[in-house]
Amino acid sequence: MTQPFPFSAIVGQEEMKQAMVLTAIDPGIGGVLVFGDRGTGKSTAVRALAALLPQIEAVAGCPVNSANRQDCPDWAEIGSEKVIKRPTPVIDLPLGATEDRVVGALDIERALTRGEKAFEPGLLARANRGYLYIDEVNLLEDHIVDLLLDVAQSGENVVEREGLSIRHPARFVLVGSGNPEEGELRPQLLDRFGLSVEVASPRDIEQRIEVIRRRDAYETDTAAFLKRWRAADTRLRKRILAAREALRGLKTPDQTLIDCAELCIALGSDGLRGELTLLRAARALAAFDGSKDVTRAHLRQVAPSALRHRLRRDPLDDAGSGMRVQRTMSDLFGNFKTAAE
Amino acid sequence: MTAAGPTDPAERWARAQLSLAVLAVDPEGLGGLWLRARSGPARDRFLAILDTYPTPWRRIHPGISDEQLYGGLDLSATLETGHSVTSRGVLTSPGGLLLTMAERCPPGLAARLGRCLDGGAHTVIALDEGAETEEIPPTGLTERLGLFVALDEITLEALAAQSFDAEDIVCARRRLAHVANDAQTGEMLTVLAARLGIDSLRAPLLAARAARAIASLFGRDRVTSDDIQLAAELVFAQRATVMPADDETPEDAAHDQPEPPENPDRDRPDDAGEMTDIPQEILLEAVRAALPPDVLAQLQSARAPRAATGAAGAGARHKGNRRGRPLPSRPGRLDSSARIDLVATLRAAAPWQPMRRAAAPRGHIIHIRPSDIRIKRFEERSDRLIVFAVDASGSAAMARLAEAKGAVEILLTEAYARRDHVALIAFRGTEAEVLLPPTRSLVQTKRRLAALPGGGGTPLAAGLQAAMLLAHSARVRGMSPTLALLTDGRANIALDGTAHRQAAGEDAQTVARALALQGTPSLVIDMGTRPQPPLAALADTLRGKYVALPRADAHRLSAAVSTAFDG
Repeated sequence: MTQPFPFSAIVGQEEMKQAMVLTAIDPGIGGVLVFGDRGTGKSTAVRALAALLPQIEAVAGCPVNSANRQDCPDWAEIGSEKVIKRPTPVIDLPLGATEDRVVGALDIERALTRGEKAFEPGLLARANRGYLYIDEVNLLEDHIVDLLLDVAQSGENVVEREGLSIRHPARFVLVGSGNPEEGELRPQLLDRFGLSVEVASPRDIEQRIEVIRRRDAYETDTAAFLKRWRAADTRLRKRILAAREALRGLKTPDQTLIDCAELCIALGSDGLRGELTLLRAARALAAFDGSKDVTRAHLRQVAPSALRHRLRRDPLDDAGSGMRVQRTMSDLFGNFKTAAE
Repeated sequence: MTAAGPTDPAERWARAQLSLAVLAVDPEGLGGLWLRARSGPARDRFLAILDTYPTPWRRIHPGISDEQLYGGLDLSATLETGHSVTSRGVLTSPGGLLLTMAERCPPGLAARLGRCLDGGAHTVIALDEGAETEEIPPTGLTERLGLFVALDEITLEALAAQSFDAEDIVCARRRLAHVANDAQTGEMLTVLAARLGIDSLRAPLLAARAARAIASLFGRDRVTSDDIQLAAELVFAQRATVMPADDETPEDAAHDQPEPPENPDRDRPDDAGEMTDIPQEILLEAVRAALPPDVLAQLQSARAPRAATGAAGAGARHKGNRRGRPLPSRPGRLDSSARIDLVATLRAAAPWQPMRRAAAPRGHIIHIRPSDIRIKRFEERSDRLIVFAVDASGSAAMARLAEAKGAVEILLTEAYARRDHVALIAFRGTEAEVLLPPTRSLVQTKRRLAALPGGGGTPLAAGLQAAMLLAHSARVRGMSPTLALLTDGRANIALDGTAHRQAAGEDAQTVARALALQGTPSLVIDMGTRPQPPLAALADTLRGKYVALPRADAHRLSAAVSTAFDG
């Protein structure tokens, strides 16, 4: 694909777009899981996000996109100090990828032709400081999932095999998408995603027509379409950059912390990761909105995404967890509607 | 449009050819074609016509490796020549791909093809030879293929006709860029798709492309109502999930009303006057005429979830070369799917070193030939599938159907924890029904189970037979099936559907013997009020275990199943 569909031109799917923007502001939130039907624009949104994100600075030729010379791994044998700007990496992890391709392996070509023991970096290396996108994440093979969990947890990829002993940083935002009808996701992996959103085809016929209209315009005359949306994308990018700055000066009132804890206790979510993610996401949203401190309104707006996949759930319960979060919030915080709900 | 009913062979063949021509006109825009046909004269003729069209096609098979797809280092050649030799992949250059045996396409390959289809430079024709309704290519792939053709019941005489030749296609392609693109086509198709219960928004997009291709194929530079109608038939017929009602739609679909919006004419060019006149109803009628008679039944099964293949489970062992417990290494070829066992390779090469050094006195320290390569092999366990065959007959319903449902639910929760697949068969009245083909989706299983009514006779033999077929197809796909039969044992309907107690019992024994020969581990759970001796005999024939549970709660039942399977 030459030019991805502009992020701002995606019709509807506000929760998904919000979640993606939040991870762009604070990668520490820890990824987005998008579950929903086919043809709802999941992959389109991920690829659009890649084009939207500001460029990163990386040492030229560094396989793990290090920001400066000292951070480059020794095995990469980087000679130059040159730092170049490059797009934020968004790496696809295809289903059925072998372990070698994911973590990297002995470079057989160099080993056999030149007799050198060299490391051939895998997808995890390329995704460092960027995004790792797994389509149909629920169909991913278990051993690859285990491996991802381990790396996502430690932020470091360690390869000990075939006489190699290599480690390199692998910090990435995990973006997964899938169709829940085709299989469940293991709870351990579910928990590693910071935010989880559910998407569905728009029910409103006008909205559906608008989707078709924009897509058609994009395919018919890509250049003109991109030009029309460039301004909106640039505005969004600037807002994201401004929010990243604002995040540092943002205050979190004690009341918000109490709210977070109360909500998580009331929902009975496992572990403390829920609270931490909820808080981080609310802070990122507050920064994006340009407010001075994090309020309950921000919390309300991100709570469904941050908590719906962390509820201790009966695997046979098909009622939406998002509803449960909403209901509990109404019980706790009273019934008021925020703008985005 | 009724004349174009899909039952007439000549008409069906014309429709198939039209699909093919439309695809040839705009291959990248339409993504591809899903051809469901067993190999035979009709398919041969279809592919022969395809060959006369300008796009070149390359064949790929479901087992194709990443190296063949994307290209890479050709290791054997590299070793032979001493410098790197790279091979070109089929996806590196744009073009058409013929995926043979598409029903066996693994999800990984479907994901890769889907990605390259999204890229827009490729076209895929999926040759699906599936025999069973659930034997279909992964939906991730078929979703992106614009057109669908089924070539069954086409007579030999009908095959003679060829409607479009290469010349037509070339002209149409040239014209395609000039076919005017008006907004209303898209709107109309979107509304129509919504009415047919097609959720994906790819469908109307593909139909809009098809409409343009059809227009240019017939030498028009504007899309007319006929083109829209044909496009809707070609693209929507097989995707429809809801048969639209004849009258006005019921209230729950009220917001999907096909009435054009109130203000559509405002920003539309005047010369599209002809377009505004087509009522949506005609389109709907056209698609309905194109729907195969049993389409909904087929669709239900076709929409059944496809589970992940190859996630390690608790089933039988099979040998792979990527993961699992290590096995001794073997000679083999190096490609991306295999891992080299360096030590074994060196060991194999060692004895030949003096000879090779003498033969080729270049500076190499070690001489390794392709024949020395040793590949690592691993043994892994395949996925386990538990087939629940539940007796929903009147007698069972009276007794314990609710309890059996509860037990199955608890077992499902356990299956979830162990990542097992489950399938559900119910038998009552005169026949058995596969309520749920193998899946890991518990939500679906629970829904189907809850909706299972009780009543009628006990066609035990039919239930066992359905389980046997399911177990067989699961085994073919690499799973290890296990049968859990829940019944009260009073078989009274024979295989041929007659109510005859003795024949029914004998049929059940016959099928049970076949199941035992197939080697499917099984468990018979007696849910009658008193233990039934015939059931113990049946379990014996099945070479399985028999658990009589005169009065048990669901939890004790599930505990019994777990111990029986794990022990």
